This record gives sequence, structure tokens and C-alpha cells, in this order.
Amino acid sequence: MYVAVKGGEKAIDNAHAWLAEERRGDPQVPELSLAQIREQMALAVNRVMSEGSLYDPDLAALAIKQSRGDLIEAIFLIRAYRTTLPRFGATRPIETGEMRCERRVSATFKDLPGGQILGPTFDYTHRLLDFKLAAEGEAPQPAEEAEGSAGPVPHVTEFLNRDGLIESEARDEAVPPDLTRAPLELPANRALRLQSLTRGDEGFLLGLAYSTQRGYARNHAFVGELRIGAVAIEMDIPELGFAVEIGEITVTECETVNQFKGSKTEPPQFTRGYGLVFGQTERKAISMALVDRALRWRELGEENQGAPAQDEEFVLSHADNIQATGFLEHIKLPHYVDFQSELELIRKIRAEAEAYQAAQSKTPEAAE
Amino acid sequence: MTKKRQTWMGLLARAPSERVIALWDGIGKAPEFSWARMPETGGVMVRGRMGGTGDAFNMGEVTVTRCALRLETCGTTGHAYVQGRSRRHAEIAALADALLQTDEAATIETGLLDPLQREEEARRARRAAKAAATKVDFFTMVRGEDA
Repeated sequence: MYVAVKGGEKAIDNAHAWLAEERRGDPQVPELSLAQIREQMALAVNRVMSEGSLYDPDLAALAIKQSRGDLIEAIFLIRAYRTTLPRFGATRPIETGEMRCERRVSATFKDLPGGQILGPTFDYTHRLLDFKLAAEGEAPQPAEEAEGSAGPVPHVTEFLNRDGLIESEARDEAVPPDLTRAPLELPANRALRLQSLTRGDEGFLLGLAYSTQRGYARNHAFVGELRIGAVAIEMDIPELGFAVEIGEITVTECETVNQFKGSKTEPPQFTRGYGLVFGQTERKAISMALVDRALRWRELGEENQGAPAQDEEFVLSHADNIQATGFLEHIKLPHYVDFQSELELIRKIRAEAEAYQAAQSKTPEAAE
Repeated sequence: MTKKRQTWMGLLARAPSERVIALWDGIGKAPEFSWARMPETGGVMVRGRMGGTGDAFNMGEVTVTRCALRLETCGTTGHAYVQGRSRRHAEIAALADALLQTDEAATIETGLLDPLQREEEARRARRAAKAAATKVDFFTMVRGEDA
């Protein structure tokens, strides 16, 4: 028998009121503004935008504030908001070759046109806690400036491409599939995989990428190039009959150069992995490139080693932290009826087992 | 005309909302208009290219506010597609787009476009200069056989 129960409204209301109070914390401490979160927690904002799959720094800051800094909860809020937006269309593919690079490094070529630009990086910091930041002080000295052209710098893979040393990317201008519009179907093509990866959980992708480095489907990746900077987004406006720039976003792009593919007839070439993520999110972009490369084993004619990072179903079905947390966290919600049936079942089995044992223990006496 | 229009629409879309509003208020224009499309906020799917140059794939959406309007005086239409959720920004961008097609263009150019252009250039130059200061100069240490 299924018995519907109601109740808990008062408890829920009170829990949410307390949540609001705890979110605010000690009222003696000044409240965080969205601008403070956007400006001073920028990398958290970037993560929420990339995994929330919606580029809007102010909304991401609001979500972080509302979620008390729980970034997966914040991503959930952004995803929920995203579904309420009418879709106006799609941009032309962004041209990362035109990026105004604020960071651009290559691990494969020391001297490359455009140079190695470190940008505002944690690299080469000592990773020692800086107690000066604990004391509220004045704004830091402005960083040094230098003469330099702000012009676009060429992609590293272009140099390799020129000599035929690396596979070239196919370009057929087909409309890519969109997993926010049609359910993910497997096998997925690379466009669908990249969409899934760029909005996937950073931690999950980092773990998978690391597993390839440790030997589970090793593909020996070099970071050919990592670049971060602003690119224009341009969209065709049907009512105008021409395209206009509708804004500008910051993205992180990682291109890996990986070990070869070749045959008796074709000379070997380097292969490629690709990462492209909203915001300054380089750990995620590098992870994405490594996992993208691992997932390409079939089209590159490589052996399936049975490694997790090669398993498209495994990777794409578990990369989304909102799907994952939805299913994981629902098990803490009331399952009284499910559990009731389990209880009844175990009592029945135990009763049978006990009856059997009782019967067994009587048997020897009977034999005497 | 199309080229010029693309340029100013892009500039108006990329500019920070608060600057667009402040500069517009400074011009002090309030032309009569009717909506062809009320301001509405939606999402636009941003696409990237595999390997930076290959086939397109979907990255994620960006918030965009759009509107269209018609000037009462001459019937000129103005359009706006502006990143973010500011309806006021979109409205001003559409009004500016309409007025720039009329003989009031000069006022909008000097009062709105020129300052936005200068500010964007300054913003970009400042960040480019900071980036340039983080460019690595490699040098070779004196090697044993050279000494």
C-alpha cells in the first residue's frame, strides 16, 4: 500500500530562514557585494560561468553569494536560470587567432613569434601564504607596463602545420550538435564531446587527464600553446542582413601536441588535443585537451586500452556535475516508502532463515 | 553604410553599460520613439572551432539583450544586440543606432561614440602594456667552453 504523507512545511520555512541568516554570517562583518565577488573572486566566477555554461560575470557572482561559496550549487543556479532564457541564436565561431592575448605560453618552442607572455599567473609564485593579504591594506602598486604590440599572435600549431608535421583540422561549416537541445546520444562526434567537456566538472576532467599522464591511455601531451585573452563575439542578425559584434568574452585555449599517427604510406604526424573554456580557466582547458585527445583513439586508429579516459560513455555520462550531484544528493531526500519495502523484505528473509535454523537445530535431537 | 553601422553597433555593444548610460544622459537627448521590439534578455550560443581553426562546436551561452525601435520624427529604425542584461543599455544602443542614420549623427558621434572609442582603446592599451611587461626575455648563460 502506498501512503502519501504531508508535513514539514514549517520546518522547511524555518530551515530556509536560518540558511539566509547563516549565509549572511556575523552581521558585524560587512556584507559582500556582487562587485567584490566579481572583481576579487574572479577565478571562482570564471569556473561558475564555464560549468554553468553561461557567460555573465554578474550572475555568476550572485550565484556564488547565494550558494555561500558552494560552487557546484552556484553552477546549479546558473544552469537553472539558463533554461529560462529564450535562445536568440548562435555566434559565428570565435576566432582565437585574433585574441588579444594577456597570457600566451608554449612548452614546445622557446622562441616563437609573439613571444612567451606570462600574464597574471600563479606560476613561479612560491605558494607561501601571504600574510600581507590578511591585513586590510592599500591597493597593490600597479604592475609594470612595457611597449608591445597588442596585435594578434599566430597559433603555434600553424608553424607545425606549415611543415606538415601535425594533422590539420577539418573544416566543413556544418551546424554543430547541441546537447542542451537534444539528448546526448552515443557514439558522439567530436563537436558534441567538446561541448560536454567544456561544461564538465573541472575536478573530474583533471582526474581523468592526470590518469592519461600516469599511463591509462598515455598520449604524451605537450602544451603546444596555452593562451588567455579577450575575443569578440559576432552574430549574424537576420533582420539586418549583416553580422555585428554583440560583445566580448575572455576565454582560455589550450592546444596540445601529441604523439604520432602514420602508416606505411603516410609519413607520421603529430596529433592534437583541444581545450577551449570560458574565462581564465587554464587547469580546466589543459585537462580538456588531454581528455579530448584520449577520446579520439578510434578516429586516429589507436588501440582501445580500456582506460577510463578513452571510454566515451564513461567520460561524457559522468562529466556533468549537475547531473551527478542531482542524482547523488537525491538519495538524502525522503525514501520512506522504498525503505519500508526493503525493511519488510529483510524481515521476511530473516524470519525464513531463523525458521530454517530452528528446524536444523531440532534435527539432531530428533535423530537421537 | 553597413560597414560603419557594424562598427558603431559593435562599439556600443562592447562598452560597459554604466558608461553608455552616463554618456547618453550627458547628451541629454530624449527623442520620441515607438518599440518595434521591446527589450528582452536571452541567450546566444557561443561557438568555437576545434583546434582553433577547424569545425565549429558549441561552447556555452552568453546573456544578450536586444531591442528595436522606430523614431517618431522620421521613422528611422534602430537595432541593438548587447551583451549582458541591461535593458537601458540596449535601448540607448538602439536609439543611437537610429540617430546615427539621421542628420543628428554628429551629436551622437562626439557625445557617445568618440568617448567610448577612446576609453576602449585606453583600456586595451593598458592591458596590452601590462601583458608586454610579462614577456620573457631569454638569455644564454656563459657556457664552460666559452670562458
